[in-house]
Amino acid sequence: MKQFAELFLNLDRTNKTNAKIDLLKNYFSSAPEQDKIWALALFTGRRPSFKVKTAQMQQWACNEANIPYWLFRESYNSVGDLGETISLVLLPHENTPADKSLSDWFDYLNVLPSLSDAEKELKVIDAWKQLSPHEIFVFNKLLMGSFRIGVSQTLVVRAIAEAANMEAGGIAHRLMGNWTPFNTSFQELIYSEDVNDQASRPYPFYLAYAIEKDIAALGDVNDWMVEWKWDGIRSQIILRNDELFIWTRGEELATDKFPELHVLKKLLPNGTVLDGEIVSFMDNKPMPFNILQTRIGRKNITTKILQEAPVAFIAYDLLETAGSDTRQLSQQQRREKLEQLFNATEPTQVFNLSPLLAFDDWSTIKTLHLQSRANAAEGFMIKNRQGTYQAGRKKGDWWKWKINPLSVDAVLVYAQKGHGRRTELFTDYTFAVWDQDKKLIPFAKAYSGLTDKEIALVDRFIKQHVIEKFGPVRTVKPELVFEIGFEGISKSTRHKSGIAVRFPRILRWRQDKTAADADTLENLKAILDIYNVV
Amino acid sequence: MNHQPLLRFTGNSIYCPTADVHIDPSVAVDRAIITHAHSDHARPGSKNYLAHRDSAPILRQRLGEDIALQTVEYGERFTINGVVFSLHPAGHIIGSAQVRVEEQGNVWVASGDYKLEDDHFAAPFETVKCNVFITESTFGLPIYNWQPQEKIFNDIMQWHTKNKAEGKVSMLLGYSLGKMQRILKNMQLENEPLFAHGAVYYCNERLRQAGFDLPALTLVTKDMDKKLFKNALVLAPPSVDGSTWLNKFAPFSLGYCSGWMQVRGAKNRRAVDQGFVLSDHADWKGLNEAVKNTGAEKVFVTHGFTSVFAKWLNENNIEAAEVKTMYGEEEDHETPIAAEGNLTTE
Repeated sequence: MKQFAELFLNLDRTNKTNAKIDLLKNYFSSAPEQDKIWALALFTGRRPSFKVKTAQMQQWACNEANIPYWLFRESYNSVGDLGETISLVLLPHENTPADKSLSDWFDYLNVLPSLSDAEKELKVIDAWKQLSPHEIFVFNKLLMGSFRIGVSQTLVVRAIAEAANMEAGGIAHRLMGNWTPFNTSFQELIYSEDVNDQASRPYPFYLAYAIEKDIAALGDVNDWMVEWKWDGIRSQIILRNDELFIWTRGEELATDKFPELHVLKKLLPNGTVLDGEIVSFMDNKPMPFNILQTRIGRKNITTKILQEAPVAFIAYDLLETAGSDTRQLSQQQRREKLEQLFNATEPTQVFNLSPLLAFDDWSTIKTLHLQSRANAAEGFMIKNRQGTYQAGRKKGDWWKWKINPLSVDAVLVYAQKGHGRRTELFTDYTFAVWDQDKKLIPFAKAYSGLTDKEIALVDRFIKQHVIEKFGPVRTVKPELVFEIGFEGISKSTRHKSGIAVRFPRILRWRQDKTAADADTLENLKAILDIYNVV
Repeated sequence: MNHQPLLRFTGNSIYCPTADVHIDPSVAVDRAIITHAHSDHARPGSKNYLAHRDSAPILRQRLGEDIALQTVEYGERFTINGVVFSLHPAGHIIGSAQVRVEEQGNVWVASGDYKLEDDHFAAPFETVKCNVFITESTFGLPIYNWQPQEKIFNDIMQWHTKNKAEGKVSMLLGYSLGKMQRILKNMQLENEPLFAHGAVYYCNERLRQAGFDLPALTLVTKDMDKKLFKNALVLAPPSVDGSTWLNKFAPFSLGYCSGWMQVRGAKNRRAVDQGFVLSDHADWKGLNEAVKNTGAEKVFVTHGFTSVFAKWLNENNIEAAEVKTMYGEEEDHETPIAAEGNLTTE
């Protein structure tokens, strides 16, 4: 545990990619074999649930530290991390720390789900008494909350590839799918002969970078294919051994979430892997994302949901056909095979081919780009006809060209301190626009989009202009104006403003504007009317 | 019986109306008692100052050599318009004092900043019994628990040894008044090549001239040969973090001594390589102990987590109130980084 806690803290402390890779490489070269698979599970979002609620953990910590709950919450507001707060309020103990390994601790925790709450409490508190404060913090991370420390899947893949002296693409593939430390070992996962021995295993998604230069700089139009960038859930549909698997880009096995697509099990040939987008789909055309959003996160997909937000799959790539990996073929060849497969498949509403746009010059494409929203698309995907299907986010062969976000100017009205790296700064903002009675109505929260320098200035303003406190939230004198961008907008009965925006973010600080110059709720509703044609 | 309180919070100072004396005023006044020489407590412009003798050298350096300054010893009583004042050790930095104010048997104590641990340079904290205690609360949350300083000094030494082995300069940041003297007095650094940034150097020199037993430091100057810094420990104020002044020391490891280093976020955001949790303020336990020991029936909480600590004391049967408007900005514990970098406390 000591070694893993140290790795965690060191990773947390640096933001240099190379330093992180070195730390990970080092760990995966030197850690005990049975610890490696657990570390890997944690870094790839496979932490098992131990059926411990964060509310319980807080209560136990309060009991142990002999402090009231409100004081614990005040401490949490200042620290910004629950696991760390617990480790800091617990009084130092005199025990010599037990030297259990990471996998020992998982063995220790694995019985928790079967225990009563009182037994869980004893077990967790006993663990705290065997650990140093730093280890308690990391231990708490094993138990609850998200395990985020700025280590991306790509980074882990690179580190393991370097440590194992293997190719990164292969490692990425091996880390996909629904393995757990209970059903595999590090050795088996990384070194076993047959990568596809798990029928459900998807391929690593190829992700595009946003194109920043003029698309004309891409050169000869004949080298490129262009299609709409669909606004849905990026997914792979896998049919192997007469079984259908649907994987989302978030590496979630979501087969059950999309019963409409199960018909593909009968229609697709075995040994097929398609890459594409699941979109909401009505009257034979794709719909904006906010319709799909209503069914994301639902545990039970009811008939009502299926009627109100039906989906379809739009295929744009073929990664496996007749059981063989086609990723090394060119984009052009894969497209031809995809079209053959599509044409040979019995037509169904739920299986569509992403059409290629016809164009002779880049200016045609630029004109068409303006019609993206009308086509329920977020812009274009531009793909090199000669390119292979790569693993992860790579520059060169795939580019995305997104439409500009919708935007309004809004006033900063509430602020809260950030978490993690930004614990001491007010970085979580709520923005408002004016209603007809000249009152400010909050409509969006946004976190990012400012430079560190701007954050420092805004933080200073907030600290000097607090009007009210509600727990960690500060009401701020409505003075600062920001341009807030968002990707979509829909009606909402949950928000006071009556609207909900998707992916709100700060585009820029409008220091040239006063609060009175900010937009109105009317303006927002006008945008809603234009873009929410359902 | 006088019905107005002995001390009042004006927003700019702690004020004694009967004596017409301000404690640590943030604006210019006629008569100011200064608890210690950190710049958020000692502001320029007042007509007459009074402070402990050991505060004098730095007060003059910072507020002006020609200020009208009267000094007293700890425990020495002086009376203004029937009000009896005396200063008592606060253990915060050299010369730091709690101000005891007594009128007709009614005793108030304004703590200024304090810590309970003896740092072997400042006179150690003295418990002063009182009816009303005005306490700071910089680290008034139960997450702030200090380890014994010996442990921290050991950590610093280990870090320095490791840096030498890796061919790195040890760049140690901390407040030039207080923290640096504490480090110099407690760590055996005689045999280390020791360098100092101007802020640290001039503060140290001033104290040495005033007769305090501190080692001589070498001032880092522009034209210095980089080779001189091999194996060196360099002492600098926190403000150098992120500045070009650091460039000539590369490769170096950045260590930072502060109570704020207790929290991971604070450490990460400053991009320091090593945080040392060393503070000249009382930790949670220390604040509670100090308040309890005064026997005060009423406590006012200033500076820091005022509302939290006041609420906690009330729940523990000590009547307490938060003083909201002292010294400007709410919750702004971060150093407003001054050019010289040595101008603020924690």
